[in-house]
Amino acid sequence: MSGSNVLSVEELGVDRIGRILDLADHMAEVNRRPNPKVPALRGKTVCNVFFEDSTRTRLSFETAARRLSADVMTFAVGQSSLNKGESLRDTVETIAAMGVDAFVVRHGSSGAPWQITSWTNAAVINAGDGWHAHPTQALLDAYTIRTALHRSGGLDGLRVAIVGDLKHSRVARSTAGILSLLGASVTLVAPRTLLPPFVDLPVVDSIDEVVGEVDVLYLLRMQRERMNEALVPSLREYTMRFGLTPARAARLAQQVLVMHPGPMNRGVEITVDPSELPGAVITQQVANGIAVRMAVLFDVLGSGVDALAAARSEL
Amino acid sequence: MSGSATVLIRGGRVIDRAGERTADVRIRGDRLLEVGPDLDPGEGERVLDARGCVTTSGFVDLHAHLREPGQEEAETIETGSRAAALGGYTAVVAMPNTDPTLDSVGVIEFVRRQGELAGLCEVLPSGSITVGRAGEVLTPFAELAGAGVRIFTDDGNGVQDPLLMRRAFEYASDLPIVLAQHCEVARLTAGAVMHEGACCSRLGLPGWPSLAEELMVHRDIELVRLTGAPAHLLHLSTAGSVELVRRAKDDGLPVTAEATPHHLSLTDELLASYSALYKVNPPLRTPADVQAIRDGLADGTIDAIATDHAPHAAETKEAPLDQAPPGMLGLETALGVALAHLDMPLADVLGALSWRPAAIAGVDDRHGRPIDAGEPANLVVLDPAAEWEVVPARLASKSRNTPYVGVPLRGRVRHTVFAGQPVVVDGKATR
Repeated sequence: MSGSNVLSVEELGVDRIGRILDLADHMAEVNRRPNPKVPALRGKTVCNVFFEDSTRTRLSFETAARRLSADVMTFAVGQSSLNKGESLRDTVETIAAMGVDAFVVRHGSSGAPWQITSWTNAAVINAGDGWHAHPTQALLDAYTIRTALHRSGGLDGLRVAIVGDLKHSRVARSTAGILSLLGASVTLVAPRTLLPPFVDLPVVDSIDEVVGEVDVLYLLRMQRERMNEALVPSLREYTMRFGLTPARAARLAQQVLVMHPGPMNRGVEITVDPSELPGAVITQQVANGIAVRMAVLFDVLGSGVDALAAARSEL
Repeated sequence: MSGSATVLIRGGRVIDRAGERTADVRIRGDRLLEVGPDLDPGEGERVLDARGCVTTSGFVDLHAHLREPGQEEAETIETGSRAAALGGYTAVVAMPNTDPTLDSVGVIEFVRRQGELAGLCEVLPSGSITVGRAGEVLTPFAELAGAGVRIFTDDGNGVQDPLLMRRAFEYASDLPIVLAQHCEVARLTAGAVMHEGACCSRLGLPGWPSLAEELMVHRDIELVRLTGAPAHLLHLSTAGSVELVRRAKDDGLPVTAEATPHHLSLTDELLASYSALYKVNPPLRTPADVQAIRDGLADGTIDAIATDHAPHAAETKEAPLDQAPPGMLGLETALGVALAHLDMPLADVLGALSWRPAAIAGVDDRHGRPIDAGEPANLVVLDPAAEWEVVPARLASKSRNTPYVGVPLRGRVRHTVFAGQPVVVDGKATR
């Protein structure tokens, strides 16, 4: 089953990413129906194992699984035996013994989903690990760009800037990764303190350098506790250099997409109301998250070799 | 006396600090009786076959975590001693990060006594520099030295406070002891899981910068210059550290250094597996750092190969990488790793495993000795060309956290003689 895991965009590769994004179009069509539910994964059991709080990602996966008629179990750490000292391995093996076809895993430690693959034959879908990867966020971001700009296939020539705390962000790693894989030119915008020690993408140190130059402006959440680690002098100064302020928003061309993985820190990375930005697609990201996660679950658990063909007949 | 039992090591080459020659070695009691070519076995004499092998002085490990007292689920002094004997060691310095800490005479004597009961090698307890390794109050150096402690270290922690470390060097300067530093500025490594570089950036893991080691290496070298007390620098891992030590030695300062088998053989890329088997402190670094460690050993900048043998129970190494404890086994594989990866004369590798660390540990009156009649019988017979692989289930250590499964090793211990007793014969422990 290991070939069907979804752990990182790099492991997925361009072909499988393309297949999942194409599948997501079909899932979006299902979601537009009056009764948005199909029997595609009836009899399959998906277990959401969330070792770290994430209401939105968990709800998104639960909704996606239910719309495909899978049975859903949810295991959140607050209710779990981890508090009683049970190891990650024992937790996984215990749940696996109940008969699970796929684990959807969120863990605060980078790499935990990879470790879990060695303890279960069920498929493992990474719903975010540490600072490392968040492949379904990356897929939904790529899908959102593709649909908003009416593109299919790759994103050649697209200019994207990702702004904010890239060092601690699994979203940044995965989204920069998928957009680069699909052919976009990605520029990172951050102070040196919020960059990983080594990056292989171009970096600029002020949002002003990219505002007039990009097709997509992707803002990351600036966590307030970063100030305590001396990573930025103050949130005010962060906003001054990296925030999307009304003055900067005015310089954005109409069609420039403004994206954010949520939850937003209004007044920090964004001081305008995104509903007043014509290119803001932040709520579309959330909506597309369901279709993309349906596509991922179907790609992982669906019958048949050609999941797309199967989808056409089954959906 | 002629009637007492003797052991004959027959058919090997002898390599010791004086050179190399073909010779057999006859042992009586705990001493070498005779060393010379073509000794004839006496009637009923026990013969250890050394054909194709090298007979040399037993290895001395400056750095082993034997875990007792306190973490006996990971290792005991007995199991660690057996692992040591199988690795060719006749003396092992036991690190003080036990529970309780090795910071009082009572615990020191307990560790030594457990070593004597096991009888597989000489266990040399180190003492901590500060009480409880908490970095606040110095331990009674003179009292502990009186109990036989030679090496003092807070290993696992570096002594962070520069004033306290200055006082430690000053106070130590007229005692027959050496302070051994775990070089890590802790404020620069908070939460760190692996080397800070391209790899940790890609893997989303907090980085342990080389700078955190080199700053403390530099600080302690300057404290040695100021106080005149000797320092031993534990497990160097960066090219910069090697260069700092090289310059300190050029300046004639009494600084010694060690490197581990893993820092001369493995790199940070291995963490891409997210396996905690590769998590160690200091972390595995880049190929350039590995080369610098090898070069440092080859030119003598680094005095000793020390294992940093760090057993951990399996379940602790299955935790997520940021929660798993650092450390890997080393005693049973050190020779095989060293000979597989070092391009230097065999005698120099053996020197870094035996006589040079023996001098640092202050046991060169009985370990790392020349192989001559009358000398103490602490010897190892090894096949330098033997190729082998680790089988975790066959390790004598109580733990299994070796990073070398499936990695070809070269050079294997055949016999170990400790205090005249063949404690390892044909690769098997006899007790």
